[in-house]
Amino acid sequence: MQRSLESVLHDVPMLEGLGDERLALLAGCARNVRFDPGSYLFHEDEPADSFYVVRHGSVAVEVYVPTRGSVAIETIDAGEVLGWSWLFEPYRWHFDARALTLVRATAFDGACLRRKCESDPGLGYALMGRFAQVLIERMQWMRLRLLDLYGDGAAR
Amino acid sequence: MATAQLAELSNVGAMTPRPFRVAERVQDTVDTWTLTLEPASGTTPFVAPGQFMMVDAFGVGEVPISVSAPPVVLTVRAVGAVSKAICASQPGKVLGLRGPFGNSWPVEDAQGGDVLVVAGGIGLAPLRPVVLRLLAQRGAYRNVTLCYGARTPGDLLYVDESETWKGRIDTYVTVDAADSSWSGSVGVVTKLLAQASFLPVETTAFVCGPEIMMHFAIRELLERGMPEHRILVSMERHMDCGIGLCGHCQLGPTLICRDGPVYSYAQVAPWLEVREL
Amino acid sequence: MTDPRVMVVDALDELIALLAARGFRVLGPTVRDGAIVYDDLDSAGELPIGWTDRQDAGTYRLERREDFARFGYAVGPHSWKRYLFPPRIRLWRAHIDGEGVPAIEQERPEAQPLAFIGVRACEVHAIEIQDRVFLGGRYVDADYAARREGAFVVAVNCFEPGGTCFCVSTGTGPAVQAGYDLVLTELLEGEHRFLVEPGSERGAEVLAALPTRPAAAADIEAAEASVASAADGMGRSLDTFDLRGLLARNPEDPRWDEVAQRCLTCGNCTLVCPTCFCSAVEDETDLSGTEVERNRVWDTCFSVDYSYIHGGSIRPSARSRYRQWMTHKLGTWHDQFGSSGCVGCGRCITWCPVGIDITEEVAALRATEEHDAAVA
Repeated sequence: MQRSLESVLHDVPMLEGLGDERLALLAGCARNVRFDPGSYLFHEDEPADSFYVVRHGSVAVEVYVPTRGSVAIETIDAGEVLGWSWLFEPYRWHFDARALTLVRATAFDGACLRRKCESDPGLGYALMGRFAQVLIERMQWMRLRLLDLYGDGAAR
Repeated sequence: MATAQLAELSNVGAMTPRPFRVAERVQDTVDTWTLTLEPASGTTPFVAPGQFMMVDAFGVGEVPISVSAPPVVLTVRAVGAVSKAICASQPGKVLGLRGPFGNSWPVEDAQGGDVLVVAGGIGLAPLRPVVLRLLAQRGAYRNVTLCYGARTPGDLLYVDESETWKGRIDTYVTVDAADSSWSGSVGVVTKLLAQASFLPVETTAFVCGPEIMMHFAIRELLERGMPEHRILVSMERHMDCGIGLCGHCQLGPTLICRDGPVYSYAQVAPWLEVREL
Repeated sequence: MTDPRVMVVDALDELIALLAARGFRVLGPTVRDGAIVYDDLDSAGELPIGWTDRQDAGTYRLERREDFARFGYAVGPHSWKRYLFPPRIRLWRAHIDGEGVPAIEQERPEAQPLAFIGVRACEVHAIEIQDRVFLGGRYVDADYAARREGAFVVAVNCFEPGGTCFCVSTGTGPAVQAGYDLVLTELLEGEHRFLVEPGSERGAEVLAALPTRPAAAADIEAAEASVASAADGMGRSLDTFDLRGLLARNPEDPRWDEVAQRCLTCGNCTLVCPTCFCSAVEDETDLSGTEVERNRVWDTCFSVDYSYIHGGSIRPSARSRYRQWMTHKLGTWHDQFGSSGCVGCGRCITWCPVGIDITEEVAALRATEEHDAAVA
């Protein structure tokens, strides 16, 4: 199990170049999970104790809006990372995450990872850098959507 | 007045519209309609993928509209006085058409390689003839992927038709903002490129949408290693004549109605970098 | 063709009458509203006899001459495009019947041929430039073609260029080289007379019907000397070396901001420019909506609406609009139509209300680039 997890981690774009030793450290905090379509990976306000690398399927990050119901604000597809609330106080999810299809993912134990990062600042730095990349990318996409690219021009 | 007389009077002048009748009118979205037009008399023009017509709502004015399927199918978004009048045209109503004008998407040049069709909003309309051409000669191309982004699920064009495309080309659709009924992708259209399977150096990309959307799509395609000359875009500027005489549609040293609207990114790159050009 | 002839000044009247008799609408310079403009001429008495123009950036004044020269001025606010490419024409009109079906009637082009008296060398070049725009592409402007085809050009060599002239720099004057039916050189010393040379078959025919005498060697020498002195008297100059490249390389030069501080974006320069060809279309209907017509009107790249597409204008700033005009005129015109769009007539300098000088702007761009190159 441990070996196959490591080979899985090798294929995750975000973890590229981390080195075998550190991948093994990460694998020690990881497990494979699956979610049926429609099931929730996590809910808003629950403790954020992990993050996910989606290997198959897609996940909607949702927020419940009174009168509108659950609204997907972004979808996370295969190869992407879901969740960063495990990294920062108060370690609680800000949104819901729901499987839109059958989802196979690798889940990483947040508390386990935080401990390893604290004892190995080099790992902590490398991981932080990679999450920052993910955050930047998400923020850029969000900024494009703020432009209302296809709107009627009224926003100008 | 008899239709034969109509055709005669409308003459052949490139600035004089020919009467066309609305044969069919379908509402695509809250602000977009697709009209099928037939000449009131005479021959049906041959329109290549990507070419546009100057469409006249008599007494209101004229605007350039890309042809979204042969022979003369127009998908029009009602945003101004003229496009609103065009969209409101019921079957039987007569509109004036001039054209087709402009160059076309070099679809055949993409044969043998992978193809990306990247569309944003109403930008799918000028790319629809490309999709239809690709489907008609599907075997001549390797992987064909459509990445299409719209504002909301209700703004998606050709919803039923695109279902029939799905088995034959990889279709990825995303919206900027979803409602609770939407179970598809939510996010910016450029993000879909990560899902597409293509060999960058052997790929041709056909990109159409708002200029800012094309700007970011091009950036993403370049980052993935696509050569500039195989990224094709369709440019839009004000047009009053469509035939290279009124001066409005200048883009750097070119006139879009005469030298475009389809350009490779290699051609337009220096001009897109200059603001307010 | 025939050899040069000489005609006395009064024979101009006969030239005008002859052209009118041959069915031409005769147009030429005349004084109106304090300027020399082009209008219908019934007789040579309507020419700006004894007038000249004093021109500088933002300045135009008529002054009395000490002689009775007929063509003793440079150019005024009008150019011949006013008649070949009128400010407003109808393209078509339609009657919409009760069922919404239009009967479209295309406007018939102007039938009466035009004769232009007093066409300057720069203006002959301007007409040739507009020929390339309107007749040289895949689509021909039918109205322009009809007006242009029969036009009879009586050109005039310059002997006293204006303060904003720079045709020597652009290679478009002051001597008329081609593109005319007749060319006149006004000779003021001694007997007031014109050297007349034909440039076409029909020009020769008209010349043969006028009262003239063979030109003497002295007449020809006097004519050459007068044009040569004009070449030496240019009010402005323009370094045209690689203008296309200069403008293409410098879209972000700070000079554009500087000129935008002064530019009022009024579009005067485009109206007086003899080559500016941009047009817009305007639709008109009667109140019932059954009578519809479309008109073509002059447009200017200095208006915000000129570049309007759904959502807004591509060129909202004065900076980008001035840059568009000048870059097009001197640079991208080469790409689009195979030549520069400037003939050095100086009208855009004279008629700019704030005196923006295209030759000065080019020099400024060039100076920045040369300075940067020297520093680098």
